[in-house]
Amino acid sequence: MIEIKNLHAKIGDKEILKGLNLTVKAGEIHAIMGPNGAGKSTLASVLAGREDYEVTEGTVDFEGADLLDLATEERAREGLFLAFQYPIEIPGVSNINFLRTAINEIREYRKEDPISAKDFMALVREKSKLVELDAKLASRSVNEGFSGGEKKRNEIFQMAMLNPKLAILDETDSGLDIDALRVVANGVNMLKSENNATIVITHYQRLLDYIIPDFVHVLYDGKIVKTGGKELALELEEKGYDWIKAELAN
Amino acid sequence: MANYTEDELAQDLENQEYKFGFTTDIDADQAPKGLNEDIIRFISAKKDEPEWMLEHRLEAFEMWKKMEEPNWAHVKYKKPNFQDIIYYSAPKQTKKYESWDDVDPEMKETMKKLGISMEEQKRLTGTNIAVDFVMDSVSVATSFKSKLKELGIIFCSFSEAVQEHPELVRKHMGTVVPTSDNFYAALNSAVFTDGSFCYIPKGVRCPMELSTYFRINEGGTGQFERTLVIADEGSYVSYLEGCTAPQRDENQLHAAVVELIAMDNAEIKYSTVQNWYPGDKNGLGGIFNFVTKRGICGLNSKIAWTQVETGSAVTWKYPSCILKGDNSIGEFYSVAVTNNYQQADTGTKMIHLGKNTKSTIISKGISAGKSHNSYRGLVQIHKNATNSRNFSQCDSLLMTDECGAHTFPYIECKNSSSKIEHEATTSKIGEDQIFYCLQRGISEEKAISLIVNGYCKEVLNQLPMEFAVEAQKLLTISLEGSVG
Ligand SMILES: Nc1ncnc2c1ncn2[C@@H]1O[C@H](COP(=O)(O)OP(=O)(O)OP(=O)(O)O)[C@@H](O)[C@H]1O
Ligand SMILES: [Mg+2]
Repeated sequence: MIEIKNLHAKIGDKEILKGLNLTVKAGEIHAIMGPNGAGKSTLASVLAGREDYEVTEGTVDFEGADLLDLATEERAREGLFLAFQYPIEIPGVSNINFLRTAINEIREYRKEDPISAKDFMALVREKSKLVELDAKLASRSVNEGFSGGEKKRNEIFQMAMLNPKLAILDETDSGLDIDALRVVANGVNMLKSENNATIVITHYQRLLDYIIPDFVHVLYDGKIVKTGGKELALELEEKGYDWIKAELAN
Repeated sequence: MANYTEDELAQDLENQEYKFGFTTDIDADQAPKGLNEDIIRFISAKKDEPEWMLEHRLEAFEMWKKMEEPNWAHVKYKKPNFQDIIYYSAPKQTKKYESWDDVDPEMKETMKKLGISMEEQKRLTGTNIAVDFVMDSVSVATSFKSKLKELGIIFCSFSEAVQEHPELVRKHMGTVVPTSDNFYAALNSAVFTDGSFCYIPKGVRCPMELSTYFRINEGGTGQFERTLVIADEGSYVSYLEGCTAPQRDENQLHAAVVELIAMDNAEIKYSTVQNWYPGDKNGLGGIFNFVTKRGICGLNSKIAWTQVETGSAVTWKYPSCILKGDNSIGEFYSVAVTNNYQQADTGTKMIHLGKNTKSTIISKGISAGKSHNSYRGLVQIHKNATNSRNFSQCDSLLMTDECGAHTFPYIECKNSSSKIEHEATTSKIGEDQIFYCLQRGISEEKAISLIVNGYCKEVLNQLPMEFAVEAQKLLTISLEGSVG
């Protein structure tokens, strides 16, 4: 699915990713944990194609294509989805209109006809049910006036609608109540297939009770410094990151 | 990694070209350049006007000569030389068109290029839009006249109204915008050549949108049209106006007067999509658009102005409502886009005279390039206007660092039971918003269009469907360089 090799990225003069390696195969779920400021969101942004960051070294192969060579929207159309840590509000643009535009742009890219109004509405109904999104939210302006939790749920709704190959969820669990957490996790699990993959960035092992990861990585100081199974998350929860820092110092 | 930065956006905007820049090859019948009594007599004679009309013009001319061009607006431009303008220009075939088939094919072609193929409109909308088309100074086609006639609705060119319905014109013309109102209104009163006239009889709900397209075609001409809409008691009308002009290096003057009269229990919706040539990206050429628009409301009546303004080099325009009757309502919804070196000073005046009068002002300014966009509004509550209400919201969206947005809200309140609310925001188009759209697979061009249209939604929602679609396209064109 995606193979990241020796990725270096900086913003201004500040290097944030410092030789990061990560391989995710189709059908897998990877969790990335790590202290604040380690570079988790930066990794997500760089993969999604945010311009503020300059990639200085390294390669990223996405389904056989050179990801770094693609424009932001092309990456999305190729099936890369980012659930934002802080979803953006777009006043006056309804969620429905936004998603329909996105779906049709993706379809056009694949040389497919635009989706019919009927099929689209059926899809909206199906997917909003999946993430238990209030029908009213679906027709409101994109994220405008949504509560923190509603915004996160809306990200998962969008993910479900766009059905990406690789989804990166950046702290989608933060700020969610237990019910919402379950719903979001359910959404991810139900969309899981052998053809797609998910990277979940999180601080809390409790999400991983619902979304069972195949691998857990620790991102620290711009690099993946440790990889393990689900039990690594438990260990981190118990002991924090100091022991890893200590390990690295040796 | 073609992430859309504001620099790129700015560049795109600079390279964007005016879509409607073509001229039509039709012989024109013109007055000589310049302005004096003889020219006014010439215009009046050309139009075969009654004596009272000529006198009205000459009086206006005398007033105008004593007036000075206003300077208070937040715009800078080289004052037009009023002796260097042609005040009358008419397509030579001035015979009246009885039906659409009689219209000059060249003229039809022009209309097509403007996106108003009548055939299409007839087909798509059934008979929902009646169109009057004013090219340069003369009205050339008024469709659906007979259908309207059945209901007693009069919709024709202003000249025709002067001939056919002199009593109505004489009674109402100049009652809302008096000749002495301002410099341009006085000039218009002296030299206006045509425009539209509309009368809706008592209790009649006009079953179709009435629409006028204005186009300046000849070089060196000014356009001074005059529109008068009268909605008699308990009637309703929705009126649309669209404007374009070809690309020229010179500045052309457009000074229109629009008067609306909503009698007791009547309602007028007046919508404008203004796309006069804005000048090129260096600020050369373009229309000076100095317009006086005002409506007066009787008891329980309502006037709503909606405007989407993307054109003109300089715009000076304040569609206003005089809320004279108790319980009357005035609304103003505006989107004004300025780009390159365009300057707009626009807004509204809401004059509350009657009790329980209500006004709403929603103004959305979008500035790009090096343009300047000002909102100027006056809310005036007179002492007898008990329990009157105003709500104003003025938002500005900036596309670059070099453009400017200014807000000048004036409030004069002489009645303590009244309530006035004013909100204003200024924001820069968000890179975060654009990135969010891109990440969902939406192109930068569509992203900007989505964001801008979303920002203007409250205003666009006020337009009739067909116009809203056209307006959205125009916004996209003016801001994205998607043309050419
Ligand atoms: N625009 C910027 N300018 C300067 N520094 C930045 C900028 N954006 C991010 N950084 C820095 O990059 C580092 C990594 O930030 P990032 O958001 O990737 O961390 P994170 O691992 O996602 O943290 P958190 O767990 O708090 O979300 C931080 O030190 C942050 O301050
Ligand atoms: Mg983060």
